[in-house]
Amino acid sequence: MSAYYQLDFEKPVVALEREIEALETRLKAEGEQSTNGHRLRAEIDEHRRKRDAALREAYGTLTAWQTVRVARHPNRPQTRDYIALMCRDFVELSGDRRFGDDPAIVTGFARIGPMKVMLVGHQKGKQTSEKVACNFGCAHPEGYRKALAKMQLAAKFGVPIVTLVDTPGAYPGLGAEQRGQAEAIAVNMLEMSRLRTPIVSIVIGEGGSGGALGIAVADSVAMLSNSWYSVISPEGCAAILWKEANEQTNTAAAKALKLTAKDNLELGIIDEVIPEPVGGAHRDPSGTAQSLQQWVLSRLHDLRGKPLDELLEVRYQRYRRMGVYLEQAAPVPSR
Amino acid sequence: MAKAAADGNARTWSDVRPQRRASIPEGMWVRCSSCSKMVYKRHLEANLHVCPECSFHNRIGAAERVKQLADTGTFQEMFANLTPTDPLGFKDLKGYKDRLLAEQIKTGRVDAVKAGTCFIKGRATMLCCLDLTFMMGSMGSVVGEVVTRSIEHATRDSLPLVIVSCSGGARMQEAGLSLMQMAKTSAALARYDDAGGLFISVLTDPTTGGVTASFAMLGDVILAEPDALIGFAGPRVIAQTIRQELPEGFQRSEFLQKSGLVDRVVPRAQLRNELARLIDFAGK
Repeated sequence: MSAYYQLDFEKPVVALEREIEALETRLKAEGEQSTNGHRLRAEIDEHRRKRDAALREAYGTLTAWQTVRVARHPNRPQTRDYIALMCRDFVELSGDRRFGDDPAIVTGFARIGPMKVMLVGHQKGKQTSEKVACNFGCAHPEGYRKALAKMQLAAKFGVPIVTLVDTPGAYPGLGAEQRGQAEAIAVNMLEMSRLRTPIVSIVIGEGGSGGALGIAVADSVAMLSNSWYSVISPEGCAAILWKEANEQTNTAAAKALKLTAKDNLELGIIDEVIPEPVGGAHRDPSGTAQSLQQWVLSRLHDLRGKPLDELLEVRYQRYRRMGVYLEQAAPVPSR
Repeated sequence: MAKAAADGNARTWSDVRPQRRASIPEGMWVRCSSCSKMVYKRHLEANLHVCPECSFHNRIGAAERVKQLADTGTFQEMFANLTPTDPLGFKDLKGYKDRLLAEQIKTGRVDAVKAGTCFIKGRATMLCCLDLTFMMGSMGSVVGEVVTRSIEHATRDSLPLVIVSCSGGARMQEAGLSLMQMAKTSAALARYDDAGGLFISVLTDPTTGGVTASFAMLGDVILAEPDALIGFAGPRVIAQTIRQELPEGFQRSEFLQKSGLVDRVVPRAQLRNELARLIDFAGK
């Protein structure tokens, strides 16, 4: 069922996919060698070509708002999928030793290729029960504190850190405020800026504001090509600045926020865009995982060679230069 | 009136009040927005903009804050030459450029922050105040840069650092760049911490969003003015998320103190004293 979850701009693709499936069923029933076999096979190939062309067309010209919706696709691979696809020997570690364990952030030792790493990532959940347990990827303070505790553990042993970002934002709730959501995120950013081990970070889906940045202060930051990263969600922005969130204002807000991977690269907020397979990560999770793995390994390879003091200085300067302003004595416009 | 009552639309006194207000001479008396009593404006100003009747702390701009905290004539403003631009070409119902210009004309300020060195009861201090009157004190590139330079200056000159926050959060019109100011200011504070500096964060009404979730919550000591709204998410967003009414006093200074997130709730009249005392205990 969910395989057919469709975004409006994917409709022609999904229609073709359904036809292909129907043809394949018929082919199976009638047999490859039957009188219709050759014709059916040819028809299937033709449909596949058309589907690929339709996919390329749909995904070649995604608007910012459409990108946000791809980033939220229910079949899009999540942290646990990537762990299964690109990590070996994953040793999950739980709890913040203060309050509890937050399933919205997954942490643990893992091996990626020849590297030992500490893996930290948001998990949104796939089945309804998991989604509810994970609050749809909205972490609580205990999630951020758990992430920090495990990252400090990694730093103690010089194990590099890989973080996967995928959250609509930190959880806005009663308990979260009471337990210091803002403090937890702030402390994470402060401590990550001086953790004495390499950190690489990838936005794999949604990079929702402080909730994302709370595990994304790194030496090198990348985004998957259909993910988004900004200070607020398009809906949140539309509701405040356009006074109403609907299809039209969401589209405008998404565009204005410059939240796509390409925009973030141009603004200097991220260092690299990792291309997804045609049609998005959800159409080829293992292909996407391979690209992630390659990027992580090549970045960690470069970073591990650096002396730690130099690494920290470069990390500091990476954030120090963020921001655009003019430096001059501008006369204040008078009343 | 009698006719209105006959229609069943009798007006209560609270309906009538706004009209009475109009007859009061402009500028001499103001109505307290909390207790609704009339307050002589000069008394209010002499009382640091705290209502003499009900102790309600009215919001004040950065210039007034500096005047209240710094020893007279000692404040030397820094980084005032940084001006905002519109790096994203952001346009909602109004363009960001136009919004900035309108705010600059309205407030006479360039952006939402005022920083400089000063003495507080004789103690040399780096003071940085956000300004709520300018775009709700929101943090864009300029606010983030001035806060960061203040931290770096305090680090270099081994000065205690006081940041007075009041902000709606990160500035949406600079989107991802505003978000990065959170990481930038936090990273600068890490270095200040490494250097052994004392950072006193003062939270005033309101401190929310990306400002709370970065430098405001990173103080070695965190003070708050009474009854200030302090939080990560806005109360309306939370009420929508949990679909229930928020408890009385939720996200107010006293609630945060009880939750273990704020060290002291300090009335405005005592703030200068408290800062000086703390600097004596922990400052260099």
